[in-house]
Amino acid sequence: MKLKKATVNKLITYLMVIGMFTAIYILNEGGYLSRQLQKMLVPICINIILAISLNITVGFLGELTLGHAAFMSVGAYSGCLFSIAMKETLPMAARFPLAMLVGGLVAAVFGILVGIPVLRLRGDYLAIVTLAFGEIIRNVILNIDFFGGASGLKGTPRDSTFLIAAIVVLITMFVAMNLQSSRHGRAIMAIRDNRIAAESAGINLTYYKLLAFVLAAFFAGVAGVLYGHNLASITPDKFDYNRSIEILVVVVLGGLGSVRGAIIAAIIMYILPEYLRFMKDYRMLIYSIVLILMMLLNSSPAAIAIKTRIREALSGVFKKSKKTAINGKGGSEA
Amino acid sequence: MKKVLSMVLVLMLTCVLCASAEQTLVIGGTGPLTGDYATYGTSVRNGATLAAEEINEAGGVNGILFDVKMEDDQADPEKAINGYSILVDEGMQVSLGAVTSGACLSLIEEAQVDGMLVITPSASQKECVQYDNCFRVCFTDPMQGVYAADFISDNAIATKVAIIYDKSNDYSVGIHDNFVSRAGEVGIDVVTDQAFTSQSNIDFSVQLQAVKDSGAELVFLPIYAQEAAYILTQAKSAGIEATFFGCDGLDGILTKIGEGNTDACEGVMLLTPFAADAQDEKTVNFTTKYKEQFGETPDQFAADAYDAVYAIKAAMEQAGITDLDDPDLNEKLISAMTEITVEGVTGTMTWDAEGEPSKSATAVVIKDGAYVAYSAQ
Repeated sequence: MKLKKATVNKLITYLMVIGMFTAIYILNEGGYLSRQLQKMLVPICINIILAISLNITVGFLGELTLGHAAFMSVGAYSGCLFSIAMKETLPMAARFPLAMLVGGLVAAVFGILVGIPVLRLRGDYLAIVTLAFGEIIRNVILNIDFFGGASGLKGTPRDSTFLIAAIVVLITMFVAMNLQSSRHGRAIMAIRDNRIAAESAGINLTYYKLLAFVLAAFFAGVAGVLYGHNLASITPDKFDYNRSIEILVVVVLGGLGSVRGAIIAAIIMYILPEYLRFMKDYRMLIYSIVLILMMLLNSSPAAIAIKTRIREALSGVFKKSKKTAINGKGGSEA
Repeated sequence: MKKVLSMVLVLMLTCVLCASAEQTLVIGGTGPLTGDYATYGTSVRNGATLAAEEINEAGGVNGILFDVKMEDDQADPEKAINGYSILVDEGMQVSLGAVTSGACLSLIEEAQVDGMLVITPSASQKECVQYDNCFRVCFTDPMQGVYAADFISDNAIATKVAIIYDKSNDYSVGIHDNFVSRAGEVGIDVVTDQAFTSQSNIDFSVQLQAVKDSGAELVFLPIYAQEAAYILTQAKSAGIEATFFGCDGLDGILTKIGEGNTDACEGVMLLTPFAADAQDEKTVNFTTKYKEQFGETPDQFAADAYDAVYAIKAAMEQAGITDLDDPDLNEKLISAMTEITVEGVTGTMTWDAEGEPSKSATAVVIKDGAYVAYSAQ
């Protein structure tokens, strides 16, 4: 049986993530993890979900959006309000999944509302408008007393656990990777590669753009719910454009359109500043320098040339041994 | 040869014995050591470290030495939990909570599960001490708003007051709301109420123009020193004559505004329980040592942290802790907190079961680039 290259790639990603999660889960249950690492698990999962979901718009659809944190905040606030209201009536096992669904759906509705006018724009214009939209949402939340204003929404039950977060990561991965290889995904990527050609091939631009946008908003909302239930309180200033840019950095670092890359980058980007703590006051400086170096290594032509050379040298060794094997076989037949 | 070896071994053994005889209490706190609010975190770290050094020099508490560790949280609730967890890994037994309110709110959720004693030097939001294990050294936001209004009316400083506050900051909103409601009761007229957000906190020309037009005698600034530095410099060039009045967040304004610009701060009043130039023995000792070690005048955050560590010492003595492996350590320390009286540099304090300190507020004025205790003319 011969598997397609894409399928093999997918399997590798699944195995990588599931293996990692299982290992961490076992270590955690056995009490082998430090407190520091234990507390980082849920935030890392949230970052992974955010990165994968933003990858749908930025990587698959090829449109730069800077309002991802706004969808996250919409999800976080609606999910948390739901949980606070249902605190007494529903048990956690029913309440939390429902809260995530509510948060995701509300974020998706906002995705449609914003997407319809905004997706008529392209490139820089779209980026600016989504940025503005994010700021509007944040300021609206800030000025409505019902949401707690500047001091934030308090009293959310702390339901987020690593197991739940890991399951959500797997679902997000599943959806994103299946989308990538589906007919819908191919249509979305066709729009990215050549808009005019895609349109002339009969692809409904508005529909597919909106599909990608709403899907991304939905998962950002779910990530927001996880975030809100991981902390005791959420404040609007944690969802400003800086967070949107942080997510974008992860996506770019991981490689646009690559789900596996997004996962790895999300983990590195969260862990790095935490493990640079021994640098004391120079921590953020070193972090920025490492970031620049990683971007250069990833994408500068010189670095890419070096990488290809290494790869060629490596595959050259393999090919040579293969070639001799084939030659030998051919020789015996003749 | 054997003799030498055995001598060395004996020496090493005694060293080990010495080390194990002395227990060290790890006191951990998180605060913004990098980023916009880094002055606060650094001040708290310095103040707490200084107190611990003094206590250790005097032989510790019942032979137990103090070790203060601070982790950076950039005033972010998520990073505060990370910092707290690292400190737990490092053996923290008493927490200084977090320096800023938002971060402290998430930190106490963790500390409550652990049942650890938390004494935050400066997290002023009301809910920061909502659990039984949490105490604080500073005033709450509501208290500060009320005290500020009372202080202004009691000393007849002004009747027409303008306010500029940060609508996106919980600390600022907390003081603002309580100040406004108290102002009505004590006969202060709020002539204009100007807000800004953390996204537009550099250019204040609009707000300052409104202040100028309103003819206010005093501008109330319940904000942090970073923004206040911009406001004061811009107010000076706009030619605003009114007095500026702030709360503890304004502390550190002299460092923020920088050398050479301090004349813009001239006459600024701060409601704070700590004045660096006070002449009592404790403050003089604290200020001189702090200046020697860190090269700057201590602000109120440093003073609060200094007092917090001394409160821990008092609680240790009150509870009669001699062994840190005591399984009831947390309970003993927490119940001792309501029984102690600490004569600190920010005043004499006792704590109620709610975790609030009782102490009186005083004001300082900036004169010739230094903090001077306020005295009614």
